[in-house]
Amino acid sequence: MKYLDEYRDPQLAKSLIESLRRRVYTKDEIRLMEICGTHTVSIFRSGLRKLLPPQIKLISGPGCPVCVTANEDIDRAIWLAGQPGVIVTTFGDLVRVPGSASSLNIERSKGADVRIVYASLDALEIARQNPGREVVFIGIGFETTAPTIAAAVKQASLSGVDNFSVFSVHKILPPAMRALLEAHEVRLDGFLCPGHVSIVTGSGIYEEVVENYRVPCVVTGFEPLDILQGISSAVELVESGRAEVVNMYRRVVTREGNAAARKIMDEIFEPTDSTWRGLGPIPKSGLGFRREWKNFDAVSRFSMPEIKVKEHPGCKCGEVLRGVMTPPECGLFRKVCNPQDPKGPCMVSGEGTCGAYYRYYQ
Amino acid sequence: MDQRLIQLDQGSGGRAMHELIDGLFISAFSNPLLAERNDSAVFEVGAGRIAMTTDSYVVDPIFFPGGNIGCLAVHGTVNDLAMRGAKPLYITVGFILEEGLDLGDLEKIVSSMADAAREAGVQIVAGDTKVVPRGKADKIFINTSGVGIVPPGINIGGANARPGDAVLINGTIGDHGMAVLCKREGLALENEIKSDAAALNGLVDQMITACAGIRVLRDPTRGGVATTLNEIAEQSGVGIRLFEEQIPIREDVAGACEILGLDPLYVANEGKVLVIVPRDEAQAVLSAMQSHPLGLGARCIGEVVSNDPGRVFLRTRIGGHRLVDMLRGEQLPRIC
Repeated sequence: MKYLDEYRDPQLAKSLIESLRRRVYTKDEIRLMEICGTHTVSIFRSGLRKLLPPQIKLISGPGCPVCVTANEDIDRAIWLAGQPGVIVTTFGDLVRVPGSASSLNIERSKGADVRIVYASLDALEIARQNPGREVVFIGIGFETTAPTIAAAVKQASLSGVDNFSVFSVHKILPPAMRALLEAHEVRLDGFLCPGHVSIVTGSGIYEEVVENYRVPCVVTGFEPLDILQGISSAVELVESGRAEVVNMYRRVVTREGNAAARKIMDEIFEPTDSTWRGLGPIPKSGLGFRREWKNFDAVSRFSMPEIKVKEHPGCKCGEVLRGVMTPPECGLFRKVCNPQDPKGPCMVSGEGTCGAYYRYYQ
Repeated sequence: MDQRLIQLDQGSGGRAMHELIDGLFISAFSNPLLAERNDSAVFEVGAGRIAMTTDSYVVDPIFFPGGNIGCLAVHGTVNDLAMRGAKPLYITVGFILEEGLDLGDLEKIVSSMADAAREAGVQIVAGDTKVVPRGKADKIFINTSGVGIVPPGINIGGANARPGDAVLINGTIGDHGMAVLCKREGLALENEIKSDAAALNGLVDQMITACAGIRVLRDPTRGGVATTLNEIAEQSGVGIRLFEEQIPIREDVAGACEILGLDPLYVANEGKVLVIVPRDEAQAVLSAMQSHPLGLGARCIGEVVSNDPGRVFLRTRIGGHRLVDMLRGEQLPRIC
């Protein structure tokens, strides 16, 4: 396991910080959005923000899958958990996210069968072991997790497991980037694009954003050094007025991405309209089941009622996800909202911006 | 051959229970006080103040690389006594067994408790056994309580840290938590991570001999180094600053934490001690630690400061600073 330290070389990092500080800037402020929650946490954990010169401003974006899941989808997951004979399976953080009136965690304590799994194939295994019950997997995440869930669906089909379905609330990133830029609510000079998503999709998906909006996109890894190199590259692009896609994570990301992962994702899912917390409905920004695979779609299998959504009054997760507000500007932050008793998803998730501010930032 | 399993009547107070106690516990823990079979153990104590503590053990899985629930239950209580500078003397043990527990497993656990007690120089002088119906407990829970003597002149406690003091640790962090988690999650690494579970009283004895002015000793178990240092910062009303590059961590533990999305500062240890000493005595204590087998990797990892009372900060490898908060909730493995 030697793979860590070379990307954490403190001397190299310090010299990059030094050259960013010494640089002469033509712009008063360069505003870069890190879209991915893993970037946000790494930036806070390394104390990077305070080391940057005042001209460089980092803004956290809508890149935490739990956080961007809309309240109505949380409510639907909770509704599913309440159906007789249903076992709801999901990744860890989601169970604690408050919906309109409850959370999966609360439902579980009342007797609902909600199980945390670490991989979608574990959910399929639960279905195999419980042939008399319906097992629903709550599929959240971006292009990173969608292929593994598609693989589980395909596996279920091949092995004839017919009591397994997926409630797909997967999201895809470029439409959200477009929505942020179109809204003109917050000025963005560049994006730091997520390494994990790009491994699957390839760096090519950002080309259209660059062409249409003239905003540079830099793909970076997650170590402090990776992020610093990404920032340096983005600053260079912004200062020289070049809008390009630059891949700074070449050790794993290619322009085309992982063909096998994309193929299975495309086989099972197709782009569908999806509602994001904070950003609202965005056309073709989610992944829904293709017609041939509808029998694995929890939405077709269960007739879900119309759900009346109630947002927590005062919760500013939406504003935080759009980059128009920082967590300390929210009236609930630290006062009534904290990791033990979160009012919104950005405080629940290990990748949420509010949680990162709470844990690492004074 | 039939598997030998724990039955309900082995906790009922009747013959089956006596056979279990005589055949297993008394012979394994053999000492005159226990052999008296009285309702309580009675013993002389020397001069000094008595330290007393208790802890319950529910670890899952009950066997993990580097130890099991039994030796853990002895080490934990011995260490809690040692953290006040006490010399641990006597321990009691309470077992809650689930009906159907493999008797062979119980024998292994008891024998490892006997070994741990012998190595730590303590006697197990009283005990209790209950058996609960299947499903009412998870295999085996153990409670241990212990007493020890604090020698005159020793005053070690969480409220004693002062600005300017040095923060030391006796070796790598996160080994126990990751050993248990990797076993539980079936995470197969090239080399198995072993728990650091160990009795620390010998090491502490050597440190106190080198420096009677040690201010704080605490074993960073649940919640890890981060949570323990936050407790000390709060109790003492001081700030603590850690230096990331000085904190010892095994490569495989760092790697496993990375895979599971955990911060090693919050991962449990069972054979580590955080030490706070006046700056000018730090070198003497460090040398004393490094000359003990459990302190070979001892390092100075931080300092006590007057600003930011009640808070812990980390100076990162790249020169940034960040808050190190107390553990809140459980650390959850990453989802993407």
